[in-house]
Amino acid sequence: MTGYLMRRFALMLLTLFGMSILIFLVMRLVPGNIADILVDSAGIVDPKQKLKIEQELGLDRPLIAQYWQWISGLARGDLGYAYVSERPAIEEILPRLPVTAKLAVLALVFSVLIGVPLGVISAVHRNTFLDYLMRVISLSGLSMPSFWLGLLVLMAFVQMLGWIPIYNRQPDSIWAEIGLLAIPAFVVGFRSSALVMRLTRSSMLEVLKQDYIRTARSKGASEKTVNYDHALRNALLPVVTIIGIEAAFLLGGLIVTETVFNIPGVARFLVEAIRSRDYPIVQNLVMFIAFVVVTVNFIVDITYTMLDPRIRLES
Amino acid sequence: MSHSRALQAKPSAAAGGQAKPIDSIAGIAVADPLLTVADLKTYFFTRNGTAKAVDGVSFAIARGETLAIVGESGCGKSMTALSLMRLVADPPGRIVDGEVVLDGVDLLKLPEDEMRAMRGRDISMIFQEPMTSLNPVMTIGRQIGEVLTMHKTMPRDELQKKVVEMLALVRIPEPAQRAKEYPHQLSGGMRQRAMIAMALACSPKVLLADEPTTALDVTIQAQILELIADLQRKLGTAVVLITHDLGVVAEMAQRVIVMYAGRKVEEASAEDLFAGPLHPYTQGLMASIPRLGLMRGESAKTERLQEIPGIVPALYSLPQGCVFAPRCPRADDKCRSEFPPYEEKHSRHWAACWHAGEGKERAHG
Repeated sequence: MTGYLMRRFALMLLTLFGMSILIFLVMRLVPGNIADILVDSAGIVDPKQKLKIEQELGLDRPLIAQYWQWISGLARGDLGYAYVSERPAIEEILPRLPVTAKLAVLALVFSVLIGVPLGVISAVHRNTFLDYLMRVISLSGLSMPSFWLGLLVLMAFVQMLGWIPIYNRQPDSIWAEIGLLAIPAFVVGFRSSALVMRLTRSSMLEVLKQDYIRTARSKGASEKTVNYDHALRNALLPVVTIIGIEAAFLLGGLIVTETVFNIPGVARFLVEAIRSRDYPIVQNLVMFIAFVVVTVNFIVDITYTMLDPRIRLES
Repeated sequence: MSHSRALQAKPSAAAGGQAKPIDSIAGIAVADPLLTVADLKTYFFTRNGTAKAVDGVSFAIARGETLAIVGESGCGKSMTALSLMRLVADPPGRIVDGEVVLDGVDLLKLPEDEMRAMRGRDISMIFQEPMTSLNPVMTIGRQIGEVLTMHKTMPRDELQKKVVEMLALVRIPEPAQRAKEYPHQLSGGMRQRAMIAMALACSPKVLLADEPTTALDVTIQAQILELIADLQRKLGTAVVLITHDLGVVAEMAQRVIVMYAGRKVEEASAEDLFAGPLHPYTQGLMASIPRLGLMRGESAKTERLQEIPGIVPALYSLPQGCVFAPRCPRADDKCRSEFPPYEEKHSRHWAACWHAGEGKERAHG
């Protein structure tokens, strides 16, 4: 197992290195930089002044030097200064992280807690009314963009309850915050739960056809034992993989949801930073997101080894 | 031909002492039967029509006896066994008629939870594929222990002891260590041993062995068969051995049933069957066994291995008349139009054929 995890870990580092280059280059390929934006917005036409700003920010240096400056700083924990606010980037990013993290974790929990049990139920009761109903709901979850669902939810709240569940101030307690975040988290998690449900269903159906399920029945196992002890653990393997992949998509969904629900999180901040070509913020944030996604997938790999002895005991 | 016709009217001896009409459970009578199957019908309702996978099969088996069910793939052997366990996938399959009486209890009439309590405890089954029949994410020990916890209450340490005991019984070396291992860490032969340990953990009355050695190496096959026979002697289990391998039958079984296209076509003691197969299908099966002439002390005349032409017909479009007629060298118009009755051709030797016993010298030579 250690060999397997070591290989995975090495792959993870390699992925992060590749990501850093990609992020860096893509940001530079986007036309215009912070100097252009500042010069434009101030209405200045003197190219010398633009050059001066670029020199101050080190944007006139060769790309490789700029990359080195960023990545060596990152290694030391120095994220540089945000161009727009001129404050240390870390001070801009850190306070916004917890709310997004809570939202993401909550959404992921939703998608698993809803998706897996419904998938099992759907598979066990396949081709019944219950199964059809759940498949229709999950299909709607997959086809509905989360911002649209978010708007619908907001409208429903206003219409029925007379208040809007938006995040206008720091809630009093952690539970109040979770309560408030649960709504956008559900909006984001709905799509993934639909995906998880469909995958769990098809995976369960596949596993229930296996010989060892027949063996379990021949031993006198009850339907519950067959479905949960024998089938589910085998069926979860592909589901765990998709949860890892969904973690990345989730962050994409968060960007719009944070905007719709006015949550002062990191995802919305990222969009603003991209708009103003705030390289240190964008680079470090995207790098952070990449780190999270890669870490989640590493955790998925570890979960795999726990679920499947064939991987765990591989020499 | 006249010989068989003369026998046609003769009343048949009943098996078992069941309430069923005598004709429908025709076969060798067993004194004090443990398990009696009468007129079992398992049909599959598919888009192509109704496939009669098991069509009126009857037999009885005594305590400690070994009965072999023989036939090609797709002739209904495995479906018969699964029907006895009530594990036929429904839909599309369904047991539409018949009785399966085990120790006085008709399994087909039991509610599902009572049937579940019988499975693994009174009647258990081992399957053809040891590679896929064990759950890959559970240890061998847990899978064996599961049968015990489902049917008995015993403290944890005793359970553990019993599991190791079972593994030792099926001659798995280092049983305590193996109990902690997963199926993929064991060889095919070891897995089949573990399957046997699992099936016999509760000392069932009947063991259904569905091609238990087909997926194994020849050397391992003999070991597994010997193990089954040995445990059968120790535990007094009745064994229904399903196989297509007549060599296995000769070695293991006291009585043999030959099935073709969901029906029983011949039944006799193993000795009688090998000495004089009556049904042309059985004769064909025997003629298609490769033999080592030297081993049997026969002359070294080289004869081509015979095969039965054609394949088992699709079960949802069975021919009218005898189902074997399209492949039978002896088939005539009567065979193609009328189904032959299942009757006792010789003493304790039953067959369903209009031309039973004819030309066996040729086929068997």
